[in-house]
Formats: sequence, C-alpha cells, structure tokens
Amino acid sequence: MKNKNSRRSFIKNISLATFSALALSGCNSEAFDVFLQQNFKTLSKKEKDRIIKNLEIKYKEKYGKEFHVSDRPALEGTSFGYALDLSRCVGCRRCVYACVKENNQSRDPQIHYIEVLQMEKERGIDFAHSTAQYNPEKVPEKGYFYVPIQCQQCKNPPCVKVCPVRATWQEPDGITVVDYNWCIGCRYCMAACPYGARHFNWGEPNVPNEELNTEVHYLGNRPRMKGVVEKCTFCIQRSREGKYPSCVEICPVGARKFGNLLDPDSEIRYILENKRVLILKQELNTQPRFYYFFGI
Amino acid sequence: MNCKIYKNIKISIIVITLYLILFIGCKSKESDNNEIDKVITENKEITSTEQSKEYAVETPPFSDGIFPCTDCHKNLTPNPVRRVLVDWHDDISAMFNHDSENRWCLDCHDFKSRDSLRLASGKLLDFKESYKLCGQCHGEKLRDWKVGVHGKRTGEWNGKKEYLLCVNCHNPHSPKFKELTPELPPIKQEDIK
Repeated sequence: MKNKNSRRSFIKNISLATFSALALSGCNSEAFDVFLQQNFKTLSKKEKDRIIKNLEIKYKEKYGKEFHVSDRPALEGTSFGYALDLSRCVGCRRCVYACVKENNQSRDPQIHYIEVLQMEKERGIDFAHSTAQYNPEKVPEKGYFYVPIQCQQCKNPPCVKVCPVRATWQEPDGITVVDYNWCIGCRYCMAACPYGARHFNWGEPNVPNEELNTEVHYLGNRPRMKGVVEKCTFCIQRSREGKYPSCVEICPVGARKFGNLLDPDSEIRYILENKRVLILKQELNTQPRFYYFFGI
Repeated sequence: MNCKIYKNIKISIIVITLYLILFIGCKSKESDNNEIDKVITENKEITSTEQSKEYAVETPPFSDGIFPCTDCHKNLTPNPVRRVLVDWHDDISAMFNHDSENRWCLDCHDFKSRDSLRLASGKLLDFKESYKLCGQCHGEKLRDWKVGVHGKRTGEWNGKKEYLLCVNCHNPHSPKFKELTPELPPIKQEDIK
C-alpha cells in the first residue's frame, strides 16, 4: 500500500490549512493588501492612489484627524541643495524642534533628525571634541561655534548602497527617501551612514495627537511604525510644494539656506559660487548636497 | 423746451465731470496705498531676474504707539543740537550702541520730515526701505541680503519670498544680535530606558 502521509502531501496540507486559517481569521482584506504591498517604486499610479486612500482612512480611524497624504513626485529640473552658515549659527536648537514637529517624529522614544554639535573655536571642526549636550543659560557661548548635523542628502549615498531590500533610494531631485512599508529594520543603513543621520524606531512612535502634522508625504513625514528607519527628507512634503523646509523657516539667525542647484539665480548657487564652502567628511566621497559655509 | 434739454445736458455733464474727478482722485489714492503690493509683485520678478531693486519685506517693528512720529513731533520745535535725550526717548539713549561716539538721532532720522529716514545724500526714505540706510555703511551685508544670503527668507524657494528687514533682527539703536535661550538638549543615550 502506498504511504498516504508523504512529505509532499504534508507540506501541501499544512500550507493549505495556514492559508485558509489566515483567510478565515479576523485578518481583513486591507491588512492583507498592506502585507502584500510591493515596493513603492514599482507601484502603478492606480495602486498608489488606492494605497493612499486606504492610508487616509486608516489615519482617520487611528488619530481621529483628516490627513492629506501626498505622493507628489520630484519636480522637473530640480536638484536640491542646502547651505548652512557656520559663522551665523548660534546653537539655539530651534531647528531641532521645528523639525520634530513638522515631521511627526516620535517624542518618546526621542528621535531628532538634527543634532547640533558645539565645537571649540580653537580646535576647529573636530567631532571627537564636540558635544550635543551643551545647555547654558544663553547661546552662543564664548569660544565655541555650532555645527548642526542632519542628513547630508549625499549624491553618492552609502546608506542606499547597503540596503538589502532596496527600501531606500535617491529620488530624481536628490532626496534620499525610505519606503517604511518595505523597510525590514535591519539598520544596515544606519551603520553605513557616516553622519549618524538615520534613526530607528525602537518602540512604537509616540506623537501627541494635538501636535500631529496632517499634511504628510508618503515618503516623508507620514506616521511611522515600530521597527523602521527614518531620516530627514528636506521636508519633502514642503519642498516639493515649493516651500522651504521648516528648519529654514524657523532659524532665527537666517543661517539656513535652501534651493535648487540647477537654478543659476538661486541663493544656494550664489553661496557656492561666492562663499567659502566646505562639506563634511569629504574624504569618504559621499558628495553631500549639504554645504557648510562662512557668510563672513 | 429747447432750453430745458440744454439744461438737462448741462446737469448731466456736470455730474459726469464730478464722477470723473471722484474716480480719478480715488484711483491715485488707491495706488498710493498699494505701494506694498506693488513691491511684492515686483519681487516676484526679481527672484528670477534680479533686475529690480525693491523687495517684499515685513513691516518695520515699531514699538506700540510710536509711529507716526509726527503725532508728537508736529507740536515740537526741532532742535538740531546734538545732545543726550532725557525727557523722551530716554530708553533709546540708554541702549544706544551703534557707533554712538560719532552718531546720534539726526544722522538717520530726518530733521524736518519726522516720519522719514534720511540718507547721507539728503534723500528721504520710507521706514519700509530702511535697508538702504543700513547699506550706506554695511554695503557688503546689503549685497548679501539682497541675494538672500544674509538674513532670513521665508516663503517659497522657487517663488514668492518674504525678506525680513535688517531692523527685524537687529535693533537699529543697538544692533548686536541678542543672545538666545537654547532649547533642551537631546536625551543622552545612557538615559534611555
């Protein structure tokens, strides 16, 4: 007699059982859709629209607020650049918190896209002797200068190279983004980034409901989940609408400049052509779009 | 009968003339009021061409009730003698720290037209264009400000921008940028639970 319980039939049966159990359980079709969702880059217009509509409904249920989720692609003929005036920054950290608010970063566990380092004037730019923990009554302190660090939006981004699932990539306008649904949380990109600009959601992100920013971009500041990596996107939800990133708008000393590198009349081009400019960790050939300069 | 028609025409001509006068009068007044709008629309062009010299700026940060200056000064006899003000504007005297050794009020404020600033050339200047006055000495800063490097711009990186005037950040009587209280430092890694 033939053995009825062959290995093959066992596997067949068990997979059938799992599938039907999954189908019969509380798992609704929407959650199933999310589970089967492809990488954002491979989605058609129709699929994106449907996903975004579902997201807006989900956010409405979860937060009780009307969200507007955008998937606006890069503007034609733009390549973003950013410049920061080291001679002007006073280290007040207004940018850090404006960014947190704009981009719905988790408050606890705390995630900051911008880290302001205080450095000694005598040593110059020296990461080994810098601190982010300075907390005097008033800034700037005598003998110190301040170097805010955030994602440098490299033209040759090591974080993108190491992603095993291609959940992060550089957009045509130069912004490196993350598909949070595709990210597996392996944190290779965090290890690869020489600027410490990527941040991991170790816990369920926690944002006070009344402080939620409901104008979001799919690849930017939409609410994240536990176990994914996030980063600065030059406020993709703002910059692609023509607005300045919120760190630029908040800076009380006007040290932050943003614009289109391809526009010869832009302020960023003026800075690159007329000021003393430097990039961080030049020797690593990451080719940042984020320039530091001395206005005076 | 003829006379009556003639009279009617005469009346209507008068009425029409009156309307015209009113209309033109209003029009010129309106264009005065719209100066700021004009500046803003012109600015739209500058950002791409840099031809024009006017900029969309925020309103000058006057203390409450201080402007127009003529409210008080129209009843006062101007005194051109350099002195330290004691009865009024003593707060400004106290803080004044802007080459105070060599300068005083009337180097920037006009002696006769109190609601205006005055360039070294004698040209009168509206307070909305005070950057031109600052630029007389700080030419390099003015140049950087015009291209958006010095100072802060808000609005759109590829469109309409708003500039802050020099005096929105620097008190013209004591221009050194004031120290700020920093926001909280990030949580230390060892303090994360």
